[in-house]
Amino acid sequence: MATWVIASLTWRELVRRKLVVALLALTAIVIGVSGWGFSRVPSLHLAGHPLTQGEIHTAAAQLLLLVMFMFSFVLALTCAFLAAPAIAGELESGVAQGLLARPLRRRELVLGRWLGLSLTITVYTLLSTTLEFALVRWTTGYWPPQVIAAEAALLVEGLVLLTFTLALSTRISAITAGVIAVIAFGAMWLGGVAGAFGQVFHNAAITNVGVITHLLLPTDGLWHAAVYAMEPTSFAAAAIRGLNSSFESASGPTTWYLVWVALWMVVVLGLALVSFESREA
Amino acid sequence: MAEAATEPSLAAGNPAGASPAELSASPAIHVSQLTKRYGKTVAVTDLSMSVPRGEVFGFLGPNGAGKTTVVKLLLGLAKPTSGEGLLLGSPLGSLDARRSVGYLPELFRYQGWLSAREVLVLHCRLAQLERSSWPGAISGALTTVGLAERADDRVAGFSKGMQQRLGLGVALLGDPQLVLLDEPTSALDPVGRHDVREIVRGLREKGVAVFLNSHLLSEVEQVCDRVAVVDHGRVIAAGRLEELLARPQVRVRCTGLGSEAHQQLSAFGVITEDEGWLTVSGIDPSRVPDLVSAIVGAGGRVYAVDPGQQTLEERFLQLIEAA
Repeated sequence: MATWVIASLTWRELVRRKLVVALLALTAIVIGVSGWGFSRVPSLHLAGHPLTQGEIHTAAAQLLLLVMFMFSFVLALTCAFLAAPAIAGELESGVAQGLLARPLRRRELVLGRWLGLSLTITVYTLLSTTLEFALVRWTTGYWPPQVIAAEAALLVEGLVLLTFTLALSTRISAITAGVIAVIAFGAMWLGGVAGAFGQVFHNAAITNVGVITHLLLPTDGLWHAAVYAMEPTSFAAAAIRGLNSSFESASGPTTWYLVWVALWMVVVLGLALVSFESREA
Repeated sequence: MAEAATEPSLAAGNPAGASPAELSASPAIHVSQLTKRYGKTVAVTDLSMSVPRGEVFGFLGPNGAGKTTVVKLLLGLAKPTSGEGLLLGSPLGSLDARRSVGYLPELFRYQGWLSAREVLVLHCRLAQLERSSWPGAISGALTTVGLAERADDRVAGFSKGMQQRLGLGVALLGDPQLVLLDEPTSALDPVGRHDVREIVRGLREKGVAVFLNSHLLSEVEQVCDRVAVVDHGRVIAAGRLEELLARPQVRVRCTGLGSEAHQQLSAFGVITEDEGWLTVSGIDPSRVPDLVSAIVGAGGRVYAVDPGQQTLEERFLQLIEAA
């Protein structure tokens, strides 16, 4: 009950502080601009000839992956900025002390904040990605092979960073939690790139860097899952032959990896609850 | 030190298992040997005290004495390093302990993007009040703290004083049995301070215990039944106001006294001198004429004699200096 009170308070805060409006407006602009770009693809020429349907799909898929890469970056930053002050900011300002003096369990405050932020991120992600995919289909005819899997992977990527940042927010200041989260996100991406190089050059040590980063904070691993779900099969084949880059994935996530991500979320959220339980307010 | 009353230890056993009758009979606050350390810094040491229901208890001390830490320990916002206690019969930190407690934090901050009424609705929800009682509780709190006309304005637009009034309204919601006020008038003008005193008196009339944390001695003096003076985390004096201030004194404006005369006069009480006024604390009131004679006999010239009770401020400063 109290968890829902905090969750709805969180949602209302995001609406009142015009964050939801800002997200929707900026997303509308980005989708509008990218939609214009996609609408130009069918009229492009290659060596004086109009593109074939296959070439249009390939170009649209490449552009889509680029746009979604940017989206995943924006989503990650949004999650870090939202979660970093979610607990720490309330403690620093003194708002939390008023709440915690009520018969409210500390875990209810953390869970409520997580739930409110997660619901916001879920609505934002599903709305944005569905609109973008629909626009690409309308303008170029390209439709990712696994739309639901792609949206789910992008969403969970955001939720992973949100959960990680919220856990930090129960212990350290808002500004430090936000900076650590953003750096960690970037470091995991770099780790993923290093791992891809390791595979190309058959270097086990460097490959393991990628594997470890995918396990440590599974944002880049989930991005690759999203890429696999969005790319045409020809990209996956190319990835198997060559570099498994940020824009090509040779294979989708294994069941074990998905189980690991679920377990990771539960453990980190659990750590956040335990951490805040012993925090002085 | 040494003036703090020693409280009996808390009885062993789980108070949560006590019957409702036992809970309602228990004091509003009862703590035993409560100690809080932050690393090597001792914030509160060996605090034992009991505040009965319906009493207004003043907790005094200079800045950094540990007053706010004590309030946080009572509410479970901070955990004691050692010691234990009960709030309204339930262990410190438990949900039950916070069910009938109103709290105005020292750092009073509320969601600026909510209106005053919405902040109160939020606290009605969190306090788990019956929904049917919300409108009455909210309008009552708003009227009591003088915010009825600004009820639907966003808190972000409130002055500090209005935010403190709102905090007071939050603390009064839902007929609490204990209200903890941490520096409740720090942002208020004289009218606001008067209002707070009236609110505190009103709470006492309703049988609500009030724990008033303050370094503003005049307001404590006007409303508190009992006080404890705390310094460096330790209670250095506690008791009823009249007991604490029971030391009579006389102030004499005089000149022409040497150090030898001061020594002679110390037979009448504790002598202090400040800007031409000689203060003799602890003097038997019937000996005031003898004191004046002694001053004149020692070559002093007397211009004024002001017999009277020690103020809380004077007693407070005396205690802090002695500690």
